[in-house]
Amino acid sequence: MRLRIGAVSKADMLEARRCLPGAFCRPLAQRLLSWLCWTGLAALVLFCAVRFDMSPLRLWSGLSELGTLTRVMFPPASGGNMDLFLAGILETLAMAFLGTLIGGAIAFPLSFLAAKNILPAWLFHFGVRRVFDVLRGVDVMIWALIFVVAIGLGPLAGILAIAISDAGTLAKLFSEAIENIDRKQTEGVRSTGANAVKVMRFGVIPQVLPVMLSFTLYMFESNTRSATILGIVGAGGIGLLLADRIRANVWDQACLIIILILVTVYFIDFVSKRLRERLIGQGK
Amino acid sequence: MPAILDHADRAPAVPAVGVPWDAVGMSGRVAPDAVVDSVAAFERARAEMQRQKRIQALIFAVVFLVCLVTAVIVGQFDVMTLIDGLPRTTDYVRKLVPVLRWETLGADVAEWYWNIGKWLTLLVETLLMAFFATLLGTIGALLLSFAASSNLTPGYWIYFATRRFLEIARSVPDLVYALVFVFAWGLGPLAGILALTIHTMGASGKLFAEVNENVDPNPIEGVRAAGANWVKMIRFAVIPQVLPVFASYTLWRFEINVRTAAVLGFVGAGGIGYELYTNIRLNYYEDVSAILLIIVATVVLVDIGCEEIRHRMIGKESLR
Repeated sequence: MRLRIGAVSKADMLEARRCLPGAFCRPLAQRLLSWLCWTGLAALVLFCAVRFDMSPLRLWSGLSELGTLTRVMFPPASGGNMDLFLAGILETLAMAFLGTLIGGAIAFPLSFLAAKNILPAWLFHFGVRRVFDVLRGVDVMIWALIFVVAIGLGPLAGILAIAISDAGTLAKLFSEAIENIDRKQTEGVRSTGANAVKVMRFGVIPQVLPVMLSFTLYMFESNTRSATILGIVGAGGIGLLLADRIRANVWDQACLIIILILVTVYFIDFVSKRLRERLIGQGK
Repeated sequence: MPAILDHADRAPAVPAVGVPWDAVGMSGRVAPDAVVDSVAAFERARAEMQRQKRIQALIFAVVFLVCLVTAVIVGQFDVMTLIDGLPRTTDYVRKLVPVLRWETLGADVAEWYWNIGKWLTLLVETLLMAFFATLLGTIGALLLSFAASSNLTPGYWIYFATRRFLEIARSVPDLVYALVFVFAWGLGPLAGILALTIHTMGASGKLFAEVNENVDPNPIEGVRAAGANWVKMIRFAVIPQVLPVFASYTLWRFEINVRTAAVLGFVGAGGIGYELYTNIRLNYYEDVSAILLIIVATVVLVDIGCEEIRHRMIGKESLR
């Protein structure tokens, strides 16, 4: 079929459609499938809206309630408790620091066991990795609640909760870093007659240490955020003060605590970002 | 450096390491003074570098130790309490393990999961909460992200305001939103959904804006040249470029939201969290382990499912 521009008649177009239906529209099965997907999604959304009673009226009444709360929140006031709040913030930071440190210390040796290139035993590191998955899969709040019940109220429960869930996350990240190392360096060290320990010390660790430190700092940042809310279940830190203020309807003090949390999180983010940039710079 | 000096005396064809070429005369001999000088300079520089590195390490160690000591004091971290608490923790974990006998395994498991109907209902509610909040939050993030990216924003003040809004939305922890929203919308899943929505909007909005800032500017110019307005420019030049990345981020955010939705119940904001909270508080050990196990299984399954979808999307992209 030869076509000249400007000389395409209706009949030619019909002919083309007949010969090459795929070029003009997608096959029926594909269209049906995408249509089905969109309908399913819409139905699910509608079901959710009904199930969770998300009527505009209810949303609006809640919003006006929220507006009242916000008006009560400002201006934020300390009510003479500024010392208490600052101590709470410091405790939160201490919890995040110690939790990350302990979690990292647990994760470091475990990550070598879970790295495929260090320990070529399939069943073993499959098992170790599932343990990490369970540690990570349980939220840090749940760990905190369990530790509060097991060993009592206070920051120790929070520290252990952060350490446990961190150990899972960091061990996974560390073992992936170890698996991604450059093999040339380990081979070079081995070719000089070094034993396994020396290969680890001079071939592997110098490559992964900056990456590991950077991950640990990143987790410290994220743990500072979670440490601020662990107090809600009684595991120490500023969260307990905040939850108490909210439950007792002291909104101006609650607002001040939220502002303090924001400032702390920004500060830690800033410091950690600077440190990480330096670490990575040195690594290169 | 006697070895290098010996070498220099025997007139090398190539100067020793660290000796500049112009120190080698026409005869090819290295002037011994030059060698000593440059070697000494090298040694000096090395010593200086090592000294600086050592000082840096020392400063770092001191700062770290101060932080550690402060944290131990402020956090009331007591090794004795820890040693005291560890047996209680292991004891607790031992109590979590249900009695399962091989002969009556079926009946034992049935007894362990005696309330499975209620738990599964709550689990589905948790998943739906995460799904709905991810959807709403992502729509919000999508709409705001274009105003919050410096290359696409319609005006500086809109950019500034959107950025600040997103920052606050993501920096306040989602449980704090839930605590406040429970007062505004009452106990129940709606408060939890709205808390997750706000947080998702902030977190995804920032990531989306960063993706937007890295788009290829050529299609934008092309669409603009064809006379398109702002909305059409976004629709036809930006969205086709960023949609795959957004989809991948959104799946990842859904994984996170499932985890968070499981604990929102701790503050009364719906989902399986409230059931878990009461069971932990009342020391119904076997119920706690039963619920924990289904939560972990769900989280792992959601992770695997999202991973699978992501791989398929990437596969489709690379085929194009």
